Formats: sequence, C-alpha cells, structure tokens
Amino acid sequence: MPKSEALRGLRDAAPFLIVIAPFGMLFGVVATEAGLPIAQTMAMTMLVIAGASQFTALQLMTDGAGVFLALAGALAVNLRMAMYSAALAPHLGPAPFWQRALCGYFNFDQSYALSVARYEAQPALPLPSKVAYFLGVALPIATLWTGMTLFGALVGGRIPEAFALDFALPITFISLIAPMLKTLAHVAAALTSVVLALALAWLPSGFGLLIAAACAMVAGAVVETLMVRPA
Amino acid sequence: MTTAEVWLLIALLGVGTFAIRLSFLGLIGGRELPPWVLRLLRYTPVAVIPGMVAPLVLWPDATGGEPDPARLAAAGATLLAGLWTKNVLIAIGTGAAVLYAGIWLTG
Repeated sequence: MPKSEALRGLRDAAPFLIVIAPFGMLFGVVATEAGLPIAQTMAMTMLVIAGASQFTALQLMTDGAGVFLALAGALAVNLRMAMYSAALAPHLGPAPFWQRALCGYFNFDQSYALSVARYEAQPALPLPSKVAYFLGVALPIATLWTGMTLFGALVGGRIPEAFALDFALPITFISLIAPMLKTLAHVAAALTSVVLALALAWLPSGFGLLIAAACAMVAGAVVETLMVRPA
Repeated sequence: MTTAEVWLLIALLGVGTFAIRLSFLGLIGGRELPPWVLRLLRYTPVAVIPGMVAPLVLWPDATGGEPDPARLAAAGATLLAGLWTKNVLIAIGTGAAVLYAGIWLTG
C-alpha cells in the first residue's frame, strides 16, 4: 500500500522535523546576517536543500572566496550524496526516470538514512511503496526546511547573540551521529574522520574533509572485514 | 561577491548538487553494486559528519576561532547523551542545556 508507506515515512520523519525547524531557521538568520536578500536565501535553500553545504557556501562567501572556490567547497560537502545515490540505486533503480529524478532532488541525509534502513528491513516491499516511503520522509522535511528558512530570513538579525545559535549546527550533527556509533568499525571511521579533518584543516575549505572522509570510509570497511574474519 | 556572482553560485550549486544526488540513481538503474562498494557506503555518514563537525567544535567562529569551554562541554554532553540514550532529541536537548549553562557560568 503506497499510501500507508507514505504515512509511515511521515511518522518516521517526525523526530527529524523537530530538528530541522531550528536548523532551517538558523540558515535563514545567518544568510540574512551575511547580507543575502530574501530571494537569494530562498533560492539557495530550495535548490540546494542541504544545510551543511549551504552553510559552507555562506562561510566561503563571507570569507571573500570567489564563485568557483565557494562552489567547490560547497559541492565537496555534498559529494557524500553520490554515495547515498548509489545506496538507493539497488532499491529505487527500477522506478521510472521521472520518479528517480524526483527522489534524486530530495536525496538528503534524513531521506537516505531512513529509507535505506526501511528497505533493508523490508526487502520485499513493492517498488511504488518504496518510492512512497521515500517521498513521505522527504517532502515534509523539505517543506518545513523551506518554511523555516523563510521565517529565519524574516526574523533576521533580531535574535540576540546570547542564544548562541551558531552552535545549533554542531549539536545537531553530533546528535545524529552518536546513535550510529554502534560497532567498532563505525567508531574507527568516525575517529579517522575527526583526526584527519583536523590535521588537514589548513587545506582549502572542503578538501581536507573530502580526504578525511574517504580514508574514514576505508577505515570502517577494513575494521569491519577484520571483525568478521578474525586473523 | 557581486549580486550576479551570488546568483551564479546559487545556480551552479543547485545544478551540481542535483547532479551528485541523481548520479547513480539516474544512471545505474536496478543493477547490483559489488559488496565492497556497499561495505564502504555503510560508513558514509560516520565518515563525513564527524570530520565536518570537529573543526566547528574546536575552533568556533562565534569566539573568533578560539576553543570555548562552554561549546566544548556542550559537544561532549551531546555525544555522551546520544551514545547513552540513542535518542536524537534527548541528545540535542542535553547539548543545548549544557551550552546555555556553560555560557551563563563563563559569560
């Protein structure tokens, strides 16, 4: 039943909605404070729908980077989504192209993570139900993200600095990652990522993270292999 | 950056992000990926996000890049609460509470 899967997606997305709301608003506030007019803030938030990348683009713009360096940094942050795309492909690959394009547009952290978990728990789920679940997760999150960005852009610089909204981003990301550290391999990947990202922080923004992430994925896969087949 | 340059950046970032997101989903279709690729993919989120967060925790822009006790404590509390409860919202709430308490104490 595609409809009940869409509703299940909405239900599973609910906890993330509470997280997305302040995060989307934060982008609106920060973008406005960086001097972006509402039209540009909203265009970026609707076209990119990727908080970390949008914040990276803003940061590089504020730092005085040119268009192409800012683009390279912000796209580097999004490269992980190629891996999400590859993880979704075995499940959604047989769908018509327009549906894959739609899911591609809405392929972000939460829609990828919840959907792949659902598909792996229920491999026999019919294709229309899989697409319905994906959109059931993605659409409410994307809508709220856009709405809260607009709200943040309108409220603009009126939020006192005492609220330390700058730290909403790290806290959100740490909260998302902590429950995922369930095996030694996941911990090894996370530690590799942290150490290398800090060590390579002197590289142009985004590049150090890219190298760190690639090494961390290999570290996770290697530790997993060692744990499965002890020497 | 001029207004036109910002528009160019937004347009290119939108197109580029869509291309990345669609990539395998658009091209591969229903073909199976080899197990070693899937094994690598399993670690994508824990490989990318910790590296993205670490500099923000150690060198926050809000304090001009200087390590800040309140933000370090908040990050640590968020991590511990998340590991212990496996609950995203409890972790966020804990982190926010420790952050505000820390800012109040040190500010």
